[in-house]
Amino acid sequence: MAGLGLGFVDWLVIVVYFVFIIGLGFYLKRFTKTQDDFFLAGRKNSSWVAGIAFLSANLGALELLGMAGNTYKYGMYVAHFYWIGAIPAMIFLGLYMMPFYYSSRIHSVPGYLKLRFDEKTRVLNAIAFAAMTLLVSGINLYAMALVLHTFVGWNWNASMWISAMAVAAYITMSGLLSAMFTEIIQFFLIWFGLFLVAVLGIVEIGGVKEVFARIPPAYAALWSTSGNAGQNEMAVTWAGIVLGLGFVLSFGYWTTDFLVVQRAFSARDLRSARMTPIIASFFKMAVPFLVIMTGLVALILAKDPKSGFALLTDGGQINYDSTLPLLIQRYYPAGLVGLGVTALLAAFMAGQAGNVSAFNTVWTYDLYRALINPKASDELLLRVGRVTTIVGIFLSVGTAYWAKSFPSIMDYMQAIFSWVNAPLFATMLLGMFVVWITPNGAFWGLLSGMGSSFLLFLAVKFQWINPASITLSSAGSDMAANFWRAWWAWLICFGVTILVSLFTGKRSPAELVGLVKGLTAEKAMESVPFTRTPEFYGMVAILVLVALNIYFW
Amino acid sequence: MKSIWFFVGLLLAIMGLIITASAIHSLFNPPAKPKIYSHLHPDLWWGIVMLAFGILFALLNRRNVA
Repeated sequence: MAGLGLGFVDWLVIVVYFVFIIGLGFYLKRFTKTQDDFFLAGRKNSSWVAGIAFLSANLGALELLGMAGNTYKYGMYVAHFYWIGAIPAMIFLGLYMMPFYYSSRIHSVPGYLKLRFDEKTRVLNAIAFAAMTLLVSGINLYAMALVLHTFVGWNWNASMWISAMAVAAYITMSGLLSAMFTEIIQFFLIWFGLFLVAVLGIVEIGGVKEVFARIPPAYAALWSTSGNAGQNEMAVTWAGIVLGLGFVLSFGYWTTDFLVVQRAFSARDLRSARMTPIIASFFKMAVPFLVIMTGLVALILAKDPKSGFALLTDGGQINYDSTLPLLIQRYYPAGLVGLGVTALLAAFMAGQAGNVSAFNTVWTYDLYRALINPKASDELLLRVGRVTTIVGIFLSVGTAYWAKSFPSIMDYMQAIFSWVNAPLFATMLLGMFVVWITPNGAFWGLLSGMGSSFLLFLAVKFQWINPASITLSSAGSDMAANFWRAWWAWLICFGVTILVSLFTGKRSPAELVGLVKGLTAEKAMESVPFTRTPEFYGMVAILVLVALNIYFW
Repeated sequence: MKSIWFFVGLLLAIMGLIITASAIHSLFNPPAKPKIYSHLHPDLWWGIVMLAFGILFALLNRRNVA
């Protein structure tokens, strides 16, 4: 491909962005004096700031490019990732889990495991999480370099190193604060940069109704073809969607992944922290307008020979990730192309920054201070955080080169999430809501859940077992296998945790006050009208979710 | 410290200004290979929207926050 054809104005827009975020890092450094400033952005953010950062930490360009491409491949089923695969979990986090997280004044999710269970459970999760953030950060970096190389024509190595150094510069200066600032900027750039692609696509097709009229029925439905895996392009049944994606993967990611939860910890009070994921849920429900609509428009254009539109191919294979960049190229004139590329760049960098800032917190608090130097001073922890950022960036570059050898990035991303997050959700759920779960139960449950998920991944990958024995269906896809593997890992962790807890020593209820439901005094919302409570907004979000699912049924 | 919303406004205003200026230039010097719907001048309208939104956001949030 000849690239997106960047002109002088496009380059100017991109350079302005880079200069701006580095300058912002310098500006914020003045306000980053303590470890709480660096790791928790001072714990003084409003629910809007924390909420938008919460969503943006998840909204990487890999997700934008990958999901637009997946829509081309699977149709409306991709909307499940944004609706049932996110919203219930976000509401649950805000209403039921955040009080335990926030009130225990922890710095990280593994920190909660230490308070609720013991050191070994914390360290197990911290190691798994630190490895996961580095892998995901490296894959983000690799994907960014790949896009810049393919669509903009930049040198692969140069684009990766320049972006990595820019992220290192602003995260080292002010940690989570600058990560969150750039995530919010990224949120606006994504909407301003990509909104017109969807709008112009709809204009070209002739309206939203016309879009749905011109795609094949199997691509247009959300649930009505989920009774039989053979009737939809994703080859998954409603049970796989509900149990695997809607329950385990979604709750595992949104309620336990420290990368996103860390943003809520930065809120100024409990009400703001609880509102954080609920505010984010409304924006999450709107993202399919950018992603799904562009995928569907591309699908229609590709089927119309007169349109002259076709996705790129690599070695005979369709490159689905080229959907969004090709539509930018089709519709955007000079200046707007630069804005579109900057939106993708910003999303990649914010995704990487999110992973690195979560990595430096977990390393500093859950590994360095827990195992190496328990008496470290505030100043030393701040210094360790900064050094860890640099080390994390270099390790990310290393994993990016490693990721280059992977045949399929999305496959490995999903696999990594199902190894770490899916079983952790069982541990957290039991830990927060069942008082008699023991430290040994949590540790062995978590270990067996992570181990079984990894083994199932290898078993399917190397065909030691028939995938149908996991997916409970003769029709199946990689995505269906991911959903079901997560479900089994969760179930194994859940079962082993309960079983071991029945036979091992429990902690006294007095030690668990504030950490487990039933032992924690319910705090009444201080004279706030019901229409301003997280419960009210959570209910509104659920109603919107139900309406969307019925409308696109 | 300035609020994050101020910086969002500032960046959008700068980018909006660049895109608007580029669009006005294109009005008088049309590109050799115009894009689909270039007759609708999406760059001009979008640049103005970004500029207006950015200025408004920056002005409304220009005061320092604690």
